[in-house]
Amino acid sequence: MKDKFILLVALVVVFVINLFADKLDPYFHTIIIFVGINIILATSLNLINGYTGQFSLGHAGFMAIGAYVSLGLSTYFAPVFNSMFGTGSIGTSVTFLILMLIAGLSAGIVGLLVGVPSLRLKGDYLAIVTLGFAEIIRVSIQGMDFIGAAQGFRGVYIYDNGIRSLEMLPDVTGIGYKFYSVPSYTDFFWVFAMTAICIFFVNNLMNSTYGRAFVAVKDDEVAAEAMGINTTKFKVIAFVSGAFFAGVAGSLYGHFVTFVTPEDFNFLRSVEILVMVILGGMGSMIGVVIAAVLLTILPEVLRGVSEYRMIVYSLLLVILMLTRPQGLFGVKLLKSKK
Amino acid sequence: MYVNYGAIKAIRGINIQVKEGSIVTLIGANGAGKTTTLRTISGLIKPASGKVIYCNEDITNLSADKIVQRGISQSPEGRLIFSNLTVLENLEMGAYTRKDKYKLKDDLEFIFHFFPRLKERLKQYGGTLSGGEQQMLAISRALMSKPKLLLLDEPSLGIAPLLVKTIFEQIVKLNRETGITVLIVEQNAYLALQNSNYGYVLETGELIIEGDAKELIQNEEVKKAYLGG
Repeated sequence: MKDKFILLVALVVVFVINLFADKLDPYFHTIIIFVGINIILATSLNLINGYTGQFSLGHAGFMAIGAYVSLGLSTYFAPVFNSMFGTGSIGTSVTFLILMLIAGLSAGIVGLLVGVPSLRLKGDYLAIVTLGFAEIIRVSIQGMDFIGAAQGFRGVYIYDNGIRSLEMLPDVTGIGYKFYSVPSYTDFFWVFAMTAICIFFVNNLMNSTYGRAFVAVKDDEVAAEAMGINTTKFKVIAFVSGAFFAGVAGSLYGHFVTFVTPEDFNFLRSVEILVMVILGGMGSMIGVVIAAVLLTILPEVLRGVSEYRMIVYSLLLVILMLTRPQGLFGVKLLKSKK
Repeated sequence: MYVNYGAIKAIRGINIQVKEGSIVTLIGANGAGKTTTLRTISGLIKPASGKVIYCNEDITNLSADKIVQRGISQSPEGRLIFSNLTVLENLEMGAYTRKDKYKLKDDLEFIFHFFPRLKERLKQYGGTLSGGEQQMLAISRALMSKPKLLLLDEPSLGIAPLLVKTIFEQIVKLNRETGITVLIVEQNAYLALQNSNYGYVLETGELIIEGDAKELIQNEEVKKAYLGG
């Protein structure tokens, strides 16, 4: 009960702050939005890598699925959404909520398809499979013309006779058309409402019997299996839940920048999220949240030393890993006596 | 029953029987296939051919979690406890497959009756326990699923001799008081046979001798090979 109350308070606080969000400097506003999206990505990856101990390197792939599904639907079916829910603030909120849900579900379903066969693999093998999967997603999108292929996707022309095209058609004359750009639905409220829900979900999951099963699978798979825990099932549950929130984060990201290319979801993005989880401490909620905030802000702070920025950033990571290998807030894991 | 690890034939046609309510020991040297036999029974490994029959039911192809639900519970070799869960949480994991509304308190009382030492350690992390305590925890955790058949893999491995004695005493007590069937795999042949009803001797995947535990201790061959003359 108490945690539901906290969630409710968090949502109200976010809603109130949102009323003043447009007074913010746009630069800071952008950074804050990215902080929120990165918290969602890092906490959901923490569920897979940190708590359950399955090394996934494909989080950007799920994010890409969420982003492209959401952006594609919101433009190709813009007239449908508009006529169903209207274009008022409540109407767009409902539309966005549905889009995020579909984005999350699509990523979750793909997560299930990837997870069921590959989660029987362990450690390095799983990392390679998930990495390969994310690259397949990215390369596939590069080949899909209807969502902009490698050029990226910003919106679609819809002609009165129903033709949909990314470019203006030169040989079509006399037919009315309208350009539907990717709607910029994402604002402070949605990002942090979703962040709160994501943290609430992961936290509750970890405090349930499911959570203990996750830790058991991470600690010792053989023992967990001997206890009658279906280890593959729990690994898949963690993987699919993580993928769902990555999809939601992708949707939030897409409707904020309103222009996405496959390169936004490359290997480096996956690594970036992974670094947040490792830096914060595998399996530590508070640590991962703080790491997500720090690592989003740090590159901006370091803009002052422009050309040395990435060197300083990498150096900080190396120093931190040498001095605190378990991460900022991570707990040193106990090894069983063998 | 035949079990292969890839191309390696680990178990080459053995036939063992565990009578309800008895304590049965499986002894043999390293690599004889003792652990493999246990893991096959509990469904962690699938045999190449042969069957595992339990209470007149063929459970050979059931998954490990289904087998636990049937009432077979294993305490794995090397005390594979969950180091990053507390003793209490470890015990709760043991009750994971139970569908009935059980009373945790009653179950804990039951466990403390046999292993009172765990009571003091309830909030401690599994990884901080001593070897003997970890073994007690592993056995207790296996008991939490209320099994009818308890499989113990090397309960004496790497534990102080005094504690080994205590653990075996408790196993016998458990068997007497609850009628639970126990199948023990041991290298400490003398101690194991002393505390059981029936014994099997495995050598490189084959069964060489079987018989009443009391007789096996007297058996010349067993004496020579496993009991130190």
